[in-house]
Amino acid sequence: MVPEILRRLMATIPVMGVVAIAVFALLHLTPGDPAVIIAGDYATTEDIARIRQRLGLDQPLITQLGLWIGRVLRGDLGTSIFSGLPVTTLIGQRAEATIGLTVLAMLISVGLGVPLGVLAAWRKGSWVDRLVMVFAVSGFSMPVFWLGFLLVYVFAISAHWLPVQGYRPLGDGLWPFLRHLILPAVTLSVIYMALIARMTRASMLGVLAEDYVRTAFAKGLAPRSVLVRHALKNASLPVVTIIGIGFALLIGGAVVTESVFALPGLGRLTVDAIIKRDYPVIQGVILLVSAVYVVINLVVDLLYVILDPRIRY
Amino acid sequence: MSELTRRRFLAGTTAAAAALTVRAPAVHAQKRSGTLRFVPHADLKVLDPIWTTAYITRNHAYMIYDTLFGTDEKLQIKPQMVDRWSSSDKGMRWSFTLRDGLKWHDGKPVAAEDAVESLKRWGKRDPLGKLLFAHTAKIAPVNAKTFSLELSQPFGLVLDALGKPSSNVPFIMPARVAATPDSEQIKETIGSGPFRFVKDEWQPGNQVVYVKNPDYVPRGDAPSGSTGGKKVNLDRVIWRYIPDQATAAAALEAGEIDWFENPSVDIAARLESNRDVTVAIQDPRGTQGWIRPNHLHPPFNNKKARQALLHMVDQQKYLQAAIGQAKYYRTCPAVFTCGGPWESTAGAEALMKQDLNRARQLLKESGYDGKPVIVLDPTDIPLTHGAALVTRELMTQIGFNVDLQAMDWSTVVARRAKKEPPGQGGWNMLFTWWIASDVINPAVHAGISGAGASAWFGWPENGRMEELRLQWARATDKAKQKQLADEIQKLALDEVMYVPFGQWVSPTAYRKVMQGFLQFPAPLFWNVSVA
Repeated sequence: MVPEILRRLMATIPVMGVVAIAVFALLHLTPGDPAVIIAGDYATTEDIARIRQRLGLDQPLITQLGLWIGRVLRGDLGTSIFSGLPVTTLIGQRAEATIGLTVLAMLISVGLGVPLGVLAAWRKGSWVDRLVMVFAVSGFSMPVFWLGFLLVYVFAISAHWLPVQGYRPLGDGLWPFLRHLILPAVTLSVIYMALIARMTRASMLGVLAEDYVRTAFAKGLAPRSVLVRHALKNASLPVVTIIGIGFALLIGGAVVTESVFALPGLGRLTVDAIIKRDYPVIQGVILLVSAVYVVINLVVDLLYVILDPRIRY
Repeated sequence: MSELTRRRFLAGTTAAAAALTVRAPAVHAQKRSGTLRFVPHADLKVLDPIWTTAYITRNHAYMIYDTLFGTDEKLQIKPQMVDRWSSSDKGMRWSFTLRDGLKWHDGKPVAAEDAVESLKRWGKRDPLGKLLFAHTAKIAPVNAKTFSLELSQPFGLVLDALGKPSSNVPFIMPARVAATPDSEQIKETIGSGPFRFVKDEWQPGNQVVYVKNPDYVPRGDAPSGSTGGKKVNLDRVIWRYIPDQATAAAALEAGEIDWFENPSVDIAARLESNRDVTVAIQDPRGTQGWIRPNHLHPPFNNKKARQALLHMVDQQKYLQAAIGQAKYYRTCPAVFTCGGPWESTAGAEALMKQDLNRARQLLKESGYDGKPVIVLDPTDIPLTHGAALVTRELMTQIGFNVDLQAMDWSTVVARRAKKEPPGQGGWNMLFTWWIASDVINPAVHAGISGAGASAWFGWPENGRMEELRLQWARATDKAKQKQLADEIQKLALDEVMYVPFGQWVSPTAYRKVMQGFLQFPAPLFWNVSVA
């Protein structure tokens, strides 16, 4: 197991290298020039050239790439072209909100999606099953921004139970932290809850038809015990896969949610940087997110071994 | 399973609705004496108001820096950091003495040398500053509180330049900070203004925090624009950047913020119905919209093709598409804005009366060959996107072959700097907007410059225009300036340096707990208090 983990960790290095080069190339092929944005309305061609030179944007792309990779290897993601702050500082300021949002959204998605899926499979064809499936289809279909505004209207503007927007760090206390994250997390989680519920139902339907489940019921075991200890454990592999993918997708979905709820997270940092063509920030954040994605995939693969002892790497 | 009857359903939904309307203890009603929460129009990313012309940086600078002179609400230049000044030798020699009690945020006194170095740095970036320094023989401190300015040639805009209200504003910084090359950003954010910047709490993309400067000594007179007594009633001002308009409006209605700088007109219409919110006009001088042809390349290197645009425009149609609500906009023939001191109708007949037949005829006479005309359409800016759509429709009607290219504003900003032919990455036409303060007279108006390669994007070249602008800047007699301004407007519209497509004001919205709002191109926080 340990050598496998080490081998997989080593394999992430070329993956990250490819990501780094792809991100760099795509960014520099995109129209837009931070030097021109910085220079402003009254700049002369010479002003723009001077800024380009100072930012190192006048150098050949391959040189810029080499310099950037060199810095990344030394743990330096560079500094924002506009604010002058280190990219690591900017990421540090924003990471907590995004991590909090995605973890809470995932807890809600899994915490409700899996039981709903199990319930729907157990009561296949009943009104419960249909209700869960209606919810799943609705969950897929609702645009995140629309659901966000709906929740804000009901729970923040009309009922005044929760704030409309903003963020309080965990350091300010658990309740202020949660209070600001509940609406965004629910908004973000609905689509994944629907996805997980559907996947759990489909997987459970297959397992519930197995002989050993029928035997367990025949032995007189309580339905809860059969469903959770026997069926769900064996149905969980595809569910774990979808949770892993969902985690990565949540990070992407956080962009819209963070904008709707004005959360100072990594999603908004990326969008703002893209709008301004703040290359070091975009590159730094995408590299970080890619690393997280790679790690999540690794964790999912390792979970397979725990959930199904037959699997060996 | 119990049946869900229609009666049960209605009873249930009514109960749920009632539960929602019962107000729980407001979670937002936090006690926050002396703190004002403000949503600015953009995110503060750059802290140097000389290095960038971005309005958000200008607004930040008004918080922490002070100026030698300011502009009041009637556009009069009044002293601010300056206590007394004099001019002699027919306006060729000037002397300025600073007020007593001016201190930097670190407690050290503001000196004449600081003012001189700050003006020198500003004079390297700002167009009016460059003009002032082109007419300056010498600027130097005389003693700790006085400095002198000697002109090399007559220049009628000395005070106008020093009291310039919009980007780049000649903010005064410590001499050591002002010594930073103008191509580099300043590293220190230390001013002598009414607020101090809390750098540790600055989170680009999220929040900016200012606290009251206890050492600030306001002038004794009433505040007006950027002049008068900057009396601070707030302990702390928090700028919270909320990019989504609907979210910012909801936060204002819920009492989570106190002031929303620039709600769109449709959001403002909704906010007007909230009795806890006041919707006002931030800058009554407003904003001017532009259609800017590229003078370097066909078809708009031909005057008749440009004049076709002037006859084509119906400002009412543009403003409807770009702004939407009639109470916020007005048609305007004046290049130097309606309501400004140099407002005029000179030469604006064609602009104010749409004549598509005349436009078609002029286009034909221009020898336009039917090649696609590349029009840049920033779809992420509703007002310019609206103007672009109207333009495509009208241009097609008069015979142009339009290639409307959708892109984001950042791409427009990069693309507009390209002088290459349209087929090789350049462009033929773009849309933009300027606040009135930036186009209010011939010296600051970038759109009428005929300086060719060094003119604003679109690069018109017209020696006569440059000569007239210089004469205007040098004139010291108001009547002469008015005559020259009219002549400049006539020439600008005849040559169609650009086409103004109307003027509008932008709403701002604040909760009624906020008092002391001041109208100005930038949001001002002195005189403001929260209950």
